[in-house]
Amino acid sequence: MAHPTYNGFETVIGLEVHAQLSTNSKLFSSSPSGTGSAPNRNINPVCTAQPGALPVLNRVAVDFAIRAGIATNCRINELSIFSRKNYFYPDLPKGYQISQYDKPIAEFGHLEIEFENEPGKVETKKIGITRIHMEEDAGKSQHMSGFSLVDLNRAGTPLIEIVSEPDFRSPQEAGAYLRKLRAILQYIEVCDGNMQNGNFRCDANVSVRPIGTAKFGTRAELKNLNSFRFVEKAIEYEIHRQIGVINGGGKIVQETRLYDSAKNITQSMRSKEDAHDYRYFPEPDLPPLVLNPAWIQAVKDALPELPSAKADRFVKDFGLPEYDAKVITSTKPLAHFYEKAVATSSGEPKLVSNWLMTEVLRMLKESEKEIEECPFPAEHLGQLVSLIKSGEISSKIAKTIFEDMWASGKNPKDIMKEKGLVQVSDPNLIENAVRKIMEANPKNVTEYRAGKEKLFGFFVGQVMKETKGMGNPSLVNDIVLAFLKGEKS
Amino acid sequence: MQFPRHTLKKAWQLRAELASKKTTSLALTEDYLAKAKASKLNSYLTFMDAQAIASAKNFDAGKSSGMLAGIPLGLKDNLVTEGVKTTCGSKILANYVPPYSGTVVKKLEAAGSVFIGKCNLDEFAMGSSNENSAFGPVGLPQDPTRVPGGSSGGSAAAVAAGLAAWSLGSDTGGSVRQPASFCGVVGLKPTYGRVSRYGLVAFASSLDQIGPLTLDAQDCADLLEGISGYDPLDSTSLDRPVLHYGKAVEKIRTDATARHDFVKKLRVGVPAEFFAAGLDAQVQKAVESAIDALRKAGAEIVPLQLPTSKHALAVYYVVAVSEASANLARFDGVRFGDRVYPNGANSSLDEMYEATRGTLFGNEVKRRILLGNFTLSSGYYDAYYKKACQVRNLIAQDFAKCFAKVDVIIGPTTPTVSFERGSKTNDPLSMYLSDIYTVPVNLAGLPAVSMPYGTGEKGLPVGLQLIGAPFSELKLLESVAALETLFDGAF
Repeated sequence: MAHPTYNGFETVIGLEVHAQLSTNSKLFSSSPSGTGSAPNRNINPVCTAQPGALPVLNRVAVDFAIRAGIATNCRINELSIFSRKNYFYPDLPKGYQISQYDKPIAEFGHLEIEFENEPGKVETKKIGITRIHMEEDAGKSQHMSGFSLVDLNRAGTPLIEIVSEPDFRSPQEAGAYLRKLRAILQYIEVCDGNMQNGNFRCDANVSVRPIGTAKFGTRAELKNLNSFRFVEKAIEYEIHRQIGVINGGGKIVQETRLYDSAKNITQSMRSKEDAHDYRYFPEPDLPPLVLNPAWIQAVKDALPELPSAKADRFVKDFGLPEYDAKVITSTKPLAHFYEKAVATSSGEPKLVSNWLMTEVLRMLKESEKEIEECPFPAEHLGQLVSLIKSGEISSKIAKTIFEDMWASGKNPKDIMKEKGLVQVSDPNLIENAVRKIMEANPKNVTEYRAGKEKLFGFFVGQVMKETKGMGNPSLVNDIVLAFLKGEKS
Repeated sequence: MQFPRHTLKKAWQLRAELASKKTTSLALTEDYLAKAKASKLNSYLTFMDAQAIASAKNFDAGKSSGMLAGIPLGLKDNLVTEGVKTTCGSKILANYVPPYSGTVVKKLEAAGSVFIGKCNLDEFAMGSSNENSAFGPVGLPQDPTRVPGGSSGGSAAAVAAGLAAWSLGSDTGGSVRQPASFCGVVGLKPTYGRVSRYGLVAFASSLDQIGPLTLDAQDCADLLEGISGYDPLDSTSLDRPVLHYGKAVEKIRTDATARHDFVKKLRVGVPAEFFAAGLDAQVQKAVESAIDALRKAGAEIVPLQLPTSKHALAVYYVVAVSEASANLARFDGVRFGDRVYPNGANSSLDEMYEATRGTLFGNEVKRRILLGNFTLSSGYYDAYYKKACQVRNLIAQDFAKCFAKVDVIIGPTTPTVSFERGSKTNDPLSMYLSDIYTVPVNLAGLPAVSMPYGTGEKGLPVGLQLIGAPFSELKLLESVAALETLFDGAF
């Protein structure tokens, strides 16, 4: 596969993802984990680093990290070690972060990604995952004029850092990996994956090198990438910035750069010379983490369904085309939406899939929304399909109702009743209409019966008009035919 | 020489007096409090009158009972006590009132123990003479111009001077045993993991253990029983049964047959390295007299080698300072403790950090933080910290080999008896040497006890150190009890 090129250069990108584990309590203390409380409420002597307080490892967080390792095809290490990463900052209570350094919990994994470096041309690629390690989050600092505020609610929240190999050769590949990784973490229920509030964060290491060079160029680490789009845009900017520097006779310096999404540029934050010496050493308050094979196996056995397995199941059980199954299972919330809709659809999984793939995804795209922000619940889509199936509404009416559902969030039955959109399926009503049309058009009846069969469409159209478009189309067809053939009168 | 155990009432004797209603806990408590307050030794930093009186009254009302109940105790001031100032002997925590109590303190409270107060110590337990306390040095009860040892100097002096029936210290490299030796009391460092560290302000996490300071083996056994046990809040505490140390020691103390049988079966190791250059002749003589007495009583004396022990002090001063440099990072003036703004409201964050830590930490603490930052820094880590950990393993292996052959290892606790105040303050290295026999024990995680046995220069107490295999506290304390009767001529 040819790598994308940029004026004679290619780029090498590696990603570091920090994912917050959605455990109830913190990584090393019994304080509640997660945000939402007033500042400094979810704290205790351990997470405020009171003198004498000691960390105790949260077993559930270990389970979650193992899950993440298994789901990304990593080897789970039966022995891993926590270390202290030392630096001073007011929102780091102990003056060190407990992290894993030279012996992480999982290593040597990979993910298969699909991406389009050229629009319309889908490619696949295996991305190596170097390691996954566990660590605690810091608190939050808020800088006011003349002073700063510290909130330690987040301090001690469990994170996993997932470090990729430098296997990406374009921003699109990086974006595809992040979407896939987030979907997996959501699927296995270890991370909420919300990038805006920082529970799924990404740093990107970006370098460029002239095509044909084996050696990596000097890299810059990009931070403050708060959405998938920003990750792609920041990398894109950085590639061109670095090429510009090199072509201008300059040299790339190893540094950390912050992305400014408003200006769509990256700016130097600190150079390598300013880098901390973190003075890592094994955390003496925690014995090495020893996982026996039975523990790892138990986590494996209880692993929630992964996207690929779900897609296979959708093909098998619901008869969906593979492509549809893949699209629907691309994120857990979408798959979940689909399954809920199917449950209320009176057994029409394929019809639900059609509606989801066309109408729902189109509307989401147009309004730049995620499935979680869909204005109506999944059950309503199922009910809509159910109404089509029972013949109460036609597909055409369904579209009208769908638009109203999107706009108002009301359920389809109510909309149908309110607007009088009920399909006419009463044969008597339709027969009356047919009689009326035939009586009004005796000449056409004669011509039809003489062999001008294409006039059939005329009669159907007139009957539909007569029923204000509410006539059940197949019933109208049948009755018109019966009358024209003289089987009924 | 009369040791404190000959002149003062031991906790087990007080317990008998309380049981027979010869006295009340309130009377005892008021008596100890009054003596402690009148003392010029500076062994206490904070008195806990209100709590002490309340606990004593509780006992007298029959609301608490057991081995520890109603008996006055001193707590080293690096054991956090909810609502009661915990200074660690440092200016940086001069006004720190913890929001919680540690596991050991809670256990003692639940057992009805009466807390007289918080005992003086070398700042953050870093020192061997108690001269590093920000709140003034502690005097040796036998001669206040001399040092009581450290870092649990206040706890040891309080017991030796009758200002607490017993006390708790902490031992990172000898901080319970060395002051016990200087003050002529019994001090035990339990096996690493025997006693919870939750609520012990950390100096060097992989070495620290809380330990009892008492007048004799019986009290030591009783107090150890009260503070031992697995604690889910301390991941390095070990889930091993707490033995009936008190009962076992009582048998040795009171039953001559059992005592003789015990000593006859005892295999006592004598490592050549503990009797090498640097050991004071009188101290050596006292220790050898203990070995002779054991031999005469039928114990098997086994000469041993601990070839790696000569590296122990160097290893200790890499491992301990490395851990300390991180453990003391939390004292940054941000969340608790005092804060110093060098330029008032215009001070930057870094200026606040520097001024707070620069002015409120003492010199020894700063020296060790600097050393620890150095030994962990990139480029030096392998040569110092990593190498030290490797040698530490060798030291532990050396001991393990010995314990295949012997039950206890015997030697001096310190190379000398108590020294004059100020005589070593300008020579950190010679100060560090006073821990040369105690630090290998912490590095190997072993239990060890210091007991008074004979005297040295100026009639000052000599400490005998007994070291055991992991979790052999029972045998160690039985040995101490046997040696007490040997020394007293009551064997």
